[in-house]
Amino acid sequence: MIRDAKKEWLIALTLIAPFAAIYGLVFVYPTIDMFLLSFTDAPLIGAGDYVGLENYTRLTSDRRFDTAVWNTAWFVVLSVIPGTFVALGIALAVSRLSGRLQTAVLALFFLPYILPVSVIYLIWDWTLNFQFGIAMHIFDALGIDRIPVFKSATWFIPAVALITVWWTCGFNVLLFLAGLRAIPQEIYEAAALDNAGRWKTFSRVTWPLLWPITALNFTIQLILQMKIFDQVYLFSQGGRPNDNLVMVYYIFQRAFQNNHGGRAAAVAVVLFFIVIVVSVLNFQLMRFAERKQ
Amino acid sequence: MTPQTARRANLAGGAITILTVVCAVIWAFPLYWGIVSSLKPEDEVVRPYIELWPDTLTFEHYVHALTATQIGRWYLNSIVTAVGTTVLTILTSIFCGYALSQLRFPLRRPLYWLILASFMVPTQVLIINHFVLVANMGLLNTWAGIILPQLIHPVIIIIYKQFFDQVPKEFREAAVMDNASEWRILFKVFVPMNWGVTTALSIVVFIWSWNAFLWPFLAATKTEWMTITVGITQVNDAFGIYYARELSLAVLAGLPVALAYLLFQRQVTRAITLSAGIKG
Repeated sequence: MIRDAKKEWLIALTLIAPFAAIYGLVFVYPTIDMFLLSFTDAPLIGAGDYVGLENYTRLTSDRRFDTAVWNTAWFVVLSVIPGTFVALGIALAVSRLSGRLQTAVLALFFLPYILPVSVIYLIWDWTLNFQFGIAMHIFDALGIDRIPVFKSATWFIPAVALITVWWTCGFNVLLFLAGLRAIPQEIYEAAALDNAGRWKTFSRVTWPLLWPITALNFTIQLILQMKIFDQVYLFSQGGRPNDNLVMVYYIFQRAFQNNHGGRAAAVAVVLFFIVIVVSVLNFQLMRFAERKQ
Repeated sequence: MTPQTARRANLAGGAITILTVVCAVIWAFPLYWGIVSSLKPEDEVVRPYIELWPDTLTFEHYVHALTATQIGRWYLNSIVTAVGTTVLTILTSIFCGYALSQLRFPLRRPLYWLILASFMVPTQVLIINHFVLVANMGLLNTWAGIILPQLIHPVIIIIYKQFFDQVPKEFREAAVMDNASEWRILFKVFVPMNWGVTTALSIVVFIWSWNAFLWPFLAATKTEWMTITVGITQVNDAFGIYYARELSLAVLAGLPVALAYLLFQRQVTRAITLSAGIKG
């Protein structure tokens, strides 16, 4: 086939232009701007003076930054690991079912994921309400002391992590189900012929074959949860925001509540690099795992 | 298997099935509890014991939400911004995906890699600069300002590229022979052949955008410009807290996406697995 290279180049340019324009405006430019801003003492809106690395060196003795880093790490541990295993359990249970029962059960597990974060917040704020929440009635019945969950520095992050698992698990269940469906039925038939029990079939067949999906699930959640903000912010309202800070929340607080654009940008740059490094490591790890298979 | 072990396996299987159903019901219970509480009078909501069904069924909180809050306005903002985001994202992604898949031009590979690399960049870190940019453009508290930073979904481009790659070469060659323009080929061949993907992706981008919190929360500093996802968290009554009222707002905000999911369950599932890089 004869191709008119010049014409094709022109058409390609027109097709890519709308995306490229948006991409440049709301992605490339803000990223560069973020780096530049982090070297100044600018407020949120308006110009500032160049201060070199001062915004970064200040982070080393910044208590709120410390809190944010540790809380983010703690949140990631408490949401990603349980999230992966709970989702695997649900997927295994759902994949056994068939027909309408499967659709209905899957819908019940998946429904929270589709809802906006503010709905999740209102529902759980109500469920765990210190005075009237249904969870507290259950605590009373079990003889456990009531806890003002969202006002307690100890329980805040674990509670929000747990709610996050409940909220987002449906997504991971879908990925696991896709992975389970991709395992050829003959392998199970062969295992059944060998009289392998449930546990043996799982540990020798399902789990090894599901490993790539487990790694994918883990990776996606890890990167997602490092960027946590919404739930933490909402549940902190009327509580103790300074104890509950996570990275994005700290960026928000510095920029929008303390009006320190430059210092907030420095935190943003740090998070930017953490996320990129973790993503690259993850990507390499997955490639390595795939090659090993 | 002997008949006896088979029967035992059946029994165990039945027990697991029942357990699964019970767990699913418990899992979804907080949702039910939220809905039921929103249908009780305020004094019944705070009773110190558990009532799974209201004594007096009331819709007063919904009437209050619809008449005394700005929820109508927030619905409108949500619909306009979610539809706007969806249409613009899908259109620009179709164009870009088509160029990447079907056309040969300089810098094609680097562009592809650039789009893949941008998967990694967390857009949350850009909030400061998005805010400054949108403020300088005078777009705070406008629909355009809420939409603009939400238009970056590189994964949609990659999905389109993959689907367009699968369209057999003969279709394009025949069309080129007939002197059809690229636009015609795109809209008469490639887009119609992939309606399924477009429907699925549109539904999910709509849901993502409807559910977006952080950016709409920053871009709307006035109550009348909030989307419903943001607005329902900003209702403060002057005297005390009205739990049932708040929950009725939650139900109203969640209803459209919950319905979208229940009506298009298969498409939503497909688009979500696609967006994670799994071919469904």
